[in-house]
Parts: sequence; C-alpha cells; structure tokens
Amino acid sequence: MSDQESGGTLDGDFFRRWLTTAGAAVEREADHLTELDSAIGDADHGANLQRGFRAVTAALEKEGPLAPGAVLTLAGRQLISTVGGASGPLYGTLLRRTGKELGDASAVTPARFAEALAAGVAAVAQLGGAKAGDKTMLDALEPAVEVLGTSFAAGAEAARAGALATVPLQARKGRASYLGERSVGHQDPGATSAALLLAALAETSEATG
Amino acid sequence: MSVEKPVGIVLVSHSASVAASVAELALGLAGGGPLAPVAGAGGTPGGELGTSSELISAAAARVDRGSGVAILADLGSSVLTVKALLAEGDELPEGTRLLDAPFVEGAVAAVVTSSAGGDLDAVEAAAAEAYSYRKV
Repeated sequence: MSDQESGGTLDGDFFRRWLTTAGAAVEREADHLTELDSAIGDADHGANLQRGFRAVTAALEKEGPLAPGAVLTLAGRQLISTVGGASGPLYGTLLRRTGKELGDASAVTPARFAEALAAGVAAVAQLGGAKAGDKTMLDALEPAVEVLGTSFAAGAEAARAGALATVPLQARKGRASYLGERSVGHQDPGATSAALLLAALAETSEATG
Repeated sequence: MSVEKPVGIVLVSHSASVAASVAELALGLAGGGPLAPVAGAGGTPGGELGTSSELISAAAARVDRGSGVAILADLGSSVLTVKALLAEGDELPEGTRLLDAPFVEGAVAAVVTSSAGGDLDAVEAAAAEAYSYRKV
C-alpha cells in the first residue's frame, strides 16, 4: 500500500527520492527525448534535462535533511541555472512554485502536495503563456494534477495519456510553433519529459509503500 | 525624466556573437556623447547556443549604476529565463525590468535613450515603441 492510500505523509526524503528517480529516468530516456526534439525542436531536450537533473542530484547530495518545500525550491533553482533551454525556467518554475506553496512543513499529505503542484503548473502556464492543447508540457501536467489527488498512479497515467495525445496537435508555443502544420504527427518532447516526472513520482510512492 | 546615472542595458540572446554584435551596433548608433553601460549575455558559459542565468545575472550586476537595469531578450528560453530570474527576487539588481520590445530595434532605442539620460520608464517606452515602426 502506498503512503497515499494509507493516508500517510510525505517527508523531505520522499521528494529527494522522487527527484533522484526522475533524474535516473531522464538519463535513461535522454536519447529518446532528444530524438523527439529533433523532429520539431532544436534537438537538445534530452541533453538539457540531463545536465539539469545531474545538477539537481548533486545539489541535493550536498545538503543535509531538508523539508519538502526546500527540496523542491533547491531543485527548481538548479534547473533554472543549469539547463540552458526553455525547459530550465519552465521546470524550474514548476518545482520552485510548488516548493513555495508547501512552505516549511516537515511533511505534507499527498493531497496537500497535489494542490501545491497544481499551483506550480498554473505558474508554468503563466510564465510560458501557454494552455492545454498548445502541444507543450502542460498537455501532460494539467490532466495529471487534475487526478493527482486520487492517486499518484492516476496522475502518472493521465500524464502519459496527455503526452501521447500531443501527437496529432499543431504546436502553438515554442520553437515547434514555427513549423506550423509540420509539427503535427510528432509527440511533444516537453509533454513526454513531464510524463517521466509524474511516472517517477508514482514509482517513488510505490517503492515507499 | 532624466537620471544622473544611466540605466544599464543587458542584451540576452541565444548566441554570444548576436548579443555582442547588437551591443556594438546599438552603442555605435548611440554615439556622440557619454554612452550607457551595455552588456551582452549570450549563449551558455560553454560557448554553445542557449541561455545562461549565470551570464544574465553577471551582466546585470556589471551595468547596474543604481538607476535600474533594462533587459532585452531575443526569444524562447532567453525570455523565460529572465522572467524566472525576476520571479526569484534576489538574482537581479533592484529595479531590473524585462522590456517588451524587438531585440535589435529595441536595443538601439534603449541605448540611445539611456545614453541621453532617460530614466527606466523612458528607456522602456522607447524600446517598446520600436514595435510600432512597420517595415512594409
């Protein structure tokens, strides 16, 4: 049984494990992400996220125990300063804003985290001026936060489905939007990496249970 | 609307050579009197195409004279990184503003206005006005 089902709380160490698991997923999928990005972007999404998550993992290793909010804001800051592409400020804002929402509580309920992540997703939408359907990471993140309160597994599944659903869409934001109709038929790299992040969350939660 | 110390200008591009060249162009066209401090923040620290928050923060600190700093950015991650840094609160000098302006034309307008003693509002207005000069 996961923490969530048992009504338990998530501490800073849980969020550290989530980000480490996400970093491992980024390492594993970096080539795939870059391949998706070479179709409709500038072919650096995998490498950029790899650089960012390596910095996140290294920064977290250096720190002692941190509250959930502090883990997320530290990680967000690393992403903003090391990624070099648009995914840096976007994922950085997602984690930082989520972390700020959580404040300095030493542990949070899954429901509280789901609410905070929804605020993080709203901040990403505001920063990039994008909305669901524009063929961006929001197509995975928005459906995920809608159901995350139910379970992390449901969030991961909604993100995966959301990423797959970007295939027939025409990009309206970012570098891919310059391609117009030629962006149709390709899965969005940002939505794909967002789905990896949510899958890592579900995986971490299962491992914890 | 003039200030004793000039408004600093930062030009953020995906490319180091674009940032440096636009700075050179804007300073060249501003000529004639004392020039505003201008710094480019282009590409990544490793010399690749991209955006570096580190280079942006350093450039802003370098041109800050206490009258505010105006940032112009080219596109995509340049714009998003500056906005994320502004949201951080303490990464950029007090009175730093991202201008909504075309990169090259806005840079020229901003540097000319700042060099002439315009304050941050005047620099912002001049740079944004560059959007209204239609070419056809």
